[in-house]
Amino acid sequence: MKRSKSNWLLLLPMYVFTILFVALPILYMFLLSFLSRAKVWGVDFTFTLDNYIRILEPLYLDTFWESIKLALLSTGVIVLIGYPYGYFMARMNAVWKRRMLLLIMIPFWTSALIRLYGWIIVFRSNGVLDKLLMGLHITEEPLKLLYTYPAVVVGMVYSLLPFMILAVYSSAEKLDFTLVEASRDLGASALKAFWTVSFKLTLPGLLSGVILTFIPSMGLFFIADILGGNKIVLVGSIIQEQMTKGRNLPFAAALAAVLMILTTLMLRLYKKLTGTSELEGLM
Amino acid sequence: MILELKNISKAFDGTPVLKGLDLDVQRGEFITLLGASGCGKTTTLRIIAGLEMPDGGSVVLEGQDITNLEPNKRNVNTVFQNYALFPHMNVADNVSYGLRIRKVPKTEIASRVAEALKLVQLEEYGKRMPDQLSGGQRQRIAIARAVINEPKVLLLDEPLGALDLKLRRQMQLELKRLQKQLGITFIYITHDQEEAINMSDRIAVMHQGVLEQIGTPNDIYYRPRTSYVADFVGNANILRYGQKTYAIRSENVLMNGEEPCVHEAEVVEKSFAGGQLRILFRLSDGQTVTASRYGIDADIREGSSVKIGWYTEHAVEVLDEKV
Amino acid sequence: MKRKKWPFIYVGIVTVITYIPIILTVIYSFNESKISSVWEGFSLKWYAELFRDRDIKEALLNSLILALLSCILAVFIGTSGALGMYRRKNRANDAVAYVSMIPIMIPEIILGMVFLSVFSLMGLPFGMVTLVIAHTTFCVPYIFSMVKARLVGMDQSLEEAALDLGASPVRVFFDVTLPLIVPAILSGVMLAFAMSFDDVVISIFVTGPTVNTLPVKIYTKLKTGVTPEINALATLMLVAIILLLIGASAVSRIGLKKGSGEVKEMSVKD
Repeated sequence: MKRSKSNWLLLLPMYVFTILFVALPILYMFLLSFLSRAKVWGVDFTFTLDNYIRILEPLYLDTFWESIKLALLSTGVIVLIGYPYGYFMARMNAVWKRRMLLLIMIPFWTSALIRLYGWIIVFRSNGVLDKLLMGLHITEEPLKLLYTYPAVVVGMVYSLLPFMILAVYSSAEKLDFTLVEASRDLGASALKAFWTVSFKLTLPGLLSGVILTFIPSMGLFFIADILGGNKIVLVGSIIQEQMTKGRNLPFAAALAAVLMILTTLMLRLYKKLTGTSELEGLM
Repeated sequence: MILELKNISKAFDGTPVLKGLDLDVQRGEFITLLGASGCGKTTTLRIIAGLEMPDGGSVVLEGQDITNLEPNKRNVNTVFQNYALFPHMNVADNVSYGLRIRKVPKTEIASRVAEALKLVQLEEYGKRMPDQLSGGQRQRIAIARAVINEPKVLLLDEPLGALDLKLRRQMQLELKRLQKQLGITFIYITHDQEEAINMSDRIAVMHQGVLEQIGTPNDIYYRPRTSYVADFVGNANILRYGQKTYAIRSENVLMNGEEPCVHEAEVVEKSFAGGQLRILFRLSDGQTVTASRYGIDADIREGSSVKIGWYTEHAVEVLDEKV
Repeated sequence: MKRKKWPFIYVGIVTVITYIPIILTVIYSFNESKISSVWEGFSLKWYAELFRDRDIKEALLNSLILALLSCILAVFIGTSGALGMYRRKNRANDAVAYVSMIPIMIPEIILGMVFLSVFSLMGLPFGMVTLVIAHTTFCVPYIFSMVKARLVGMDQSLEEAALDLGASPVRVFFDVTLPLIVPAILSGVMLAFAMSFDDVVISIFVTGPTVNTLPVKIYTKLKTGVTPEINALATLMLVAIILLLIGASAVSRIGLKKGSGEVKEMSVKD
């Protein structure tokens, strides 16, 4: 059909907005990362590689590594909990599917911060968990879990688990379960059938879930902040610190640029593994 | 003459779909474009509707060139293959859509909708939503939605394709009845030769973007012009002798040893389909011939040799198309 | 295959665990004590305190306005973009579509950092304007991709049928295309609204000294210490969400019934 005459009018807002407020700002970030910090406040437009060299200092390199480790650990736990959850959910009947989706969405839609606040109540010294464990005589003293590494991992897992569940669910929902039956019929054991059919076919959902949890987990500084106190420092925390207290925009830009490149590499890898750039269960 | 297509050509991404198609449609006739998928019949229909622009040639409706007229300004309506009923409007709103566009007064709309629904025998269904209808009912609503506008020409794009066999037969008769009753010119598209023969005043057989033959069902069936038409419409045997090519339909192949049975043939295969026994023979020169009979003929065994033949008037000389 | 029980048990246990912190928050919102681990009796005083808190009310209003404005802008940009792009694949469109998705693909912190530096370069005053621009960038992808997916999946002959019945292209859009993509726009808006309403990371960077959003306010409160007021706020938000979700599912169920009843007996008659 002919819509060519007015088509550019439809495209105009999207083009202008995307170029002006997404493309150019990101390019500016990369530019900024090669500039130096002005003496008082702001940016000095002289080219330098100092910001990237500074990232190689052990302090920052360690932080990057810490962030990646935490992200890997959280993602690993999320996979272990979320994959079976999403998979089982896909096998429930329509009524239960609706109910479970609603149950998952409710905490998902309340504020992320408020959900974390619930964990403060659980973890704090002499809090609910301590009371419970001491009441059952499993521990004698308060564990003082709040502001520790495990608390941060729990916070990460808790905040990002729904993404994994929904990604796996939407992939497993499309899976034709008669294929599993066919594979059993052809002599595969239950485990073998799962591995050769179900797992293979839900892999895109799993990978998508990994992307959807791993990438944000590198930047969610407020979880480390609230549940980890000041003890756990992530890339996100440093960027925020450099932007606000440090007032060093170029260095923050360099950190963000490295994080962005890491993210892009992950997305590339995902595309290579699944053959599509569309993430399952994102919407 | 109500509609003329003159030398229409159309290509998609460099692949020609129509190669200089000419077609004249008479007022009030039921004409069928018959052909296999990819022959260009749907493109022809879309060009008449204005949903596709031809690369060359012209479309003339009642003496007026409408080649470049937008689809919404043509007095031509289409019944789409998948019905294309608006899912968010009820049946009455679907049917009245064209009238509402034309700002026909409300009272008139109501009576014409009732009339149109009566025509397709779904008077009580005005308040239903399309997804509450069965396939056959949707089909009829799509027809009502088109004919209510009293188009000069009604285009039907394989409208019965999605229905099961029994319903299809019933709808064929109903469509024919409707066309007679309304007196509207129908241009009908199908790949089913039975359907074409059942319903049409004239059939235009299309093949690879050109018109192979146009004529009454009788012409097409008994006097195929080309081997393609003979094969596609009548499932005829194509036999080549020297420079000449003949089409002989399977029911005319005799094997009872009577006078014309002069060809020695080997029985290759027997199969039973559609109430008919079909026997595949191989002639001594290697060409194959299929004969058909009613009932199960038990005394012909595969591998045996028999004499077959046909009356000369049943062997129609055709242009060879290498089917 | 026989139905096994343990998948249900597993899903049940995980679900219950995910609800523990939420339920605790609700319980402690009625706790008399300020120290949240000790139960000292039922009380509504934190609710009273919450309602007296001007800052929270203002922040809530700001967040609602912000999410609403961002969604409106994103609906306009994303829907028109999807309409312009879904039928023509070319490099420029693909590139713009890809770039427009970046805001929801990268860690939020990057976006926050980027906007802080760009807005200060542009000299924009930090406040509602900067917040709306920043939030719109990550609202657009949700609406754009939802609408585009719907358009790609839409039967093209519906639009052709309207055209064929005499409707002008503009009329076709309002009669057919728009009603069919409204559900996609709405589900995009639901997601985008939730994301905007909940965003801390980006807002912290682009908010001004005078404008606080609710999540930013909560964040600063959580950092400074325990405030049982938050429990009360959480409970109220939870109630609101549950009511909204129940409402939405009731509406969609009515829609479903309206659309699919009586199909079986009908097809027999034909």
